[in-house]
Amino acid sequence: MRNPIADKVAGIKPSGIRKFFDIVSEMKDAISLGVGEPDFDTPWHIRDEGIYSLEKGRTFYTSNAGLKELRQEISNYIKRKQGVFYEPLKEVLITVGGSEAIDMGLRAMVNPGDEVLIPQPSYVSYEPCAILAGAKPVIINLKAENEFRLTAEELEEAITEKTKILILPFPNNPTGAIMERKDLEAIAEVILKHDLFVLSDEIYSELTYKEKHVSIVEIPGMRERTILINGFSKAYAMTGWRLGYACGPELIIQQMTKLHQFAIMCAPTTSQYAAVEALKNGDDDVLEMRTAYNQRRRFLMNAFREMGLECFEPYGAFYVFPCIREFGMTSDEFATRFLEEEKVAVVPGTAFGDCGEGFLRISYAYSLENLKVAIGRLEHFIKKLREEQKGN
Amino acid sequence: MREELLAIIEKNSRIDLKELAVILGVEEADVVSELAALEAEGVICGYHTLIDWEKTSNEKVSALIEVRVAPQRGQGFDNVAERIYRYPEVRSVYLMSGGYDLMVILEGKTLREVSNFVSDKLSTLDAVLSTATHFILKKYKDHGTVISQKKEDEREMITP
Repeated sequence: MRNPIADKVAGIKPSGIRKFFDIVSEMKDAISLGVGEPDFDTPWHIRDEGIYSLEKGRTFYTSNAGLKELRQEISNYIKRKQGVFYEPLKEVLITVGGSEAIDMGLRAMVNPGDEVLIPQPSYVSYEPCAILAGAKPVIINLKAENEFRLTAEELEEAITEKTKILILPFPNNPTGAIMERKDLEAIAEVILKHDLFVLSDEIYSELTYKEKHVSIVEIPGMRERTILINGFSKAYAMTGWRLGYACGPELIIQQMTKLHQFAIMCAPTTSQYAAVEALKNGDDDVLEMRTAYNQRRRFLMNAFREMGLECFEPYGAFYVFPCIREFGMTSDEFATRFLEEEKVAVVPGTAFGDCGEGFLRISYAYSLENLKVAIGRLEHFIKKLREEQKGN
Repeated sequence: MREELLAIIEKNSRIDLKELAVILGVEEADVVSELAALEAEGVICGYHTLIDWEKTSNEKVSALIEVRVAPQRGQGFDNVAERIYRYPEVRSVYLMSGGYDLMVILEGKTLREVSNFVSDKLSTLDAVLSTATHFILKKYKDHGTVISQKKEDEREMITP
C-alpha cells in the first residue's frame, strides 16, 4: 500500500503537550496546574440562553458568517472596548473558536513561500497552521528580560523580503505577557514601514491586570492591515462551546468567510445564541472572574518570591512563567520529576517553543485552595532540589 | 480594596490576614485597619458559619412566616419588627414589598415548638393582623452556596 499520509502533515511535530498529557492521564492521584481553560462554569444566564434556543428548536444552520444579531453585538463590543468600528455584516466572521480564525486567516492571506513571523513562546497552533497554509514560519524568540514582550528591534531583525504576516499573541499564553500601547506603537511603525499584515490573537483580552487591554487595531493605520481574533472561551468561560470570531477589512474577511463556508459551514448555532447573551449581559461575570484570577496571580507571585523562584510579573491571561534554570535541569526534566515525585502536573515551557527552555507554564485557572496545595508541593520539591545541589 | 475585601470574606471569613493582604496586593496592616473600620461602621455585622444541620444529629425545623401587620403612626413597622426579632428563635426578619409586610424566618427543635411560637407569641401581638407559616422542607442553596454538593474538576489534566 502507498503511504496514505501527506508529507506536509507527517512533517508536523505533534504538540509537545501531548507527551506530557499521556503520562499525567495514567496517574490517578496527580493534581494539575496544566490546563489552559477557565475553572469557572459558563455563567448560568448564558447557558440558559443556549438551552432556551434548543427548546425553541433553533437547531438549523446560521448564515455562514454567523447570526446577524451576534455579529452586531461583536461590533458593538469591539467599539466599546477598543474604540474601533467594524461593519457587522461585512467585517465580522464567527468561527469555531479563535483557533479556526487563526487557521482561516493564514490560509486566506498566505502564498507559498511567504514568511509568517511567530513570536514564541506562544500558543501551539500558529506554527502548524502557517505550514499547512503553505507559509514558511519564522520564529522570533522572545526574551525574559523584556518580560516576553515583542520589541521593534526583534521584529525588524526577523523581517525579510518574503515576510507577509506577523502573528501577535498578546496577552500571551504561556507567558502571561502583555503589550502596552507604547509597545504596540513601536511595532506598528515597523509593520507600516515594511507593508506587513498582522494577525492579532486577543483571546485573553479581558484578562489583564495592569491596565485595560490595548489592541493593535487602535494604533493609526493598523485597522486596515490587521485581523483581530477574539472569542468567548476565556472571557466568559465558554471553551466547550467552541466560539470565536475574526474582525478585519472586508477584503480579507470575505475570503475567510468563503473558506469557512466550505470547511465549516457555520459555527454552532446554540453557542451563537448563548454568545449574544454573553455580550449583552456578561460584563459583571467577566469582572468577577478577572478579580478572582488577579487574586490568584498575586498569591502565586508572592509564593514564588517567598520560595526565591525567579519569575517576572505577568499582567495577562491566567499563566505565570517561572524560570527554573537555577536547578540545572531542562524544563522537561523538571516537569517530569515534579510530576513523578510530587504528583503535580505543569507544562514545560518548551511545549510553546524552543525558547521556552528553562521555564514552566503554571496555570492559575484553579481555586485558591487547589493552588495552595500545589504550591506547597512545589516549595517542598524546590527545597529538595536545592539540597541535592548543595550535596553535589 | 473595600468591596473586593468584603466579597472575599463574605465567602470565606476564616481566610488568614496575611493571605488576604497577599491576594489583595496590599499590606497586612492595611487589611487589619480596614477590617476594624468596617466593623466599627457596622458594615461587617458578624462572622458566621454555614452549617448543613441535616448532616448532624441535631434536628432543627425551620419555617418561613409571612406576617401582615398594622403599621403604627410615627413608627411604621419598626416597633413590631423589634418585638418580633427580640425572640431568640427568630433567625431573620425582613420588611417586604408585596402581599405581606414582614417575613420572619424561625428555627425551632420541633414542629410543635414552631407552631406554638406562631400561635402563642406571634399571632397574639396587637399589631399582627395575620400570619401564614411555611415549613422549610429542604435547603438546596443557602447564602450563595449549594448545600451538599461537591463539584469535581472534569477538565482534561493538561490542555494547551
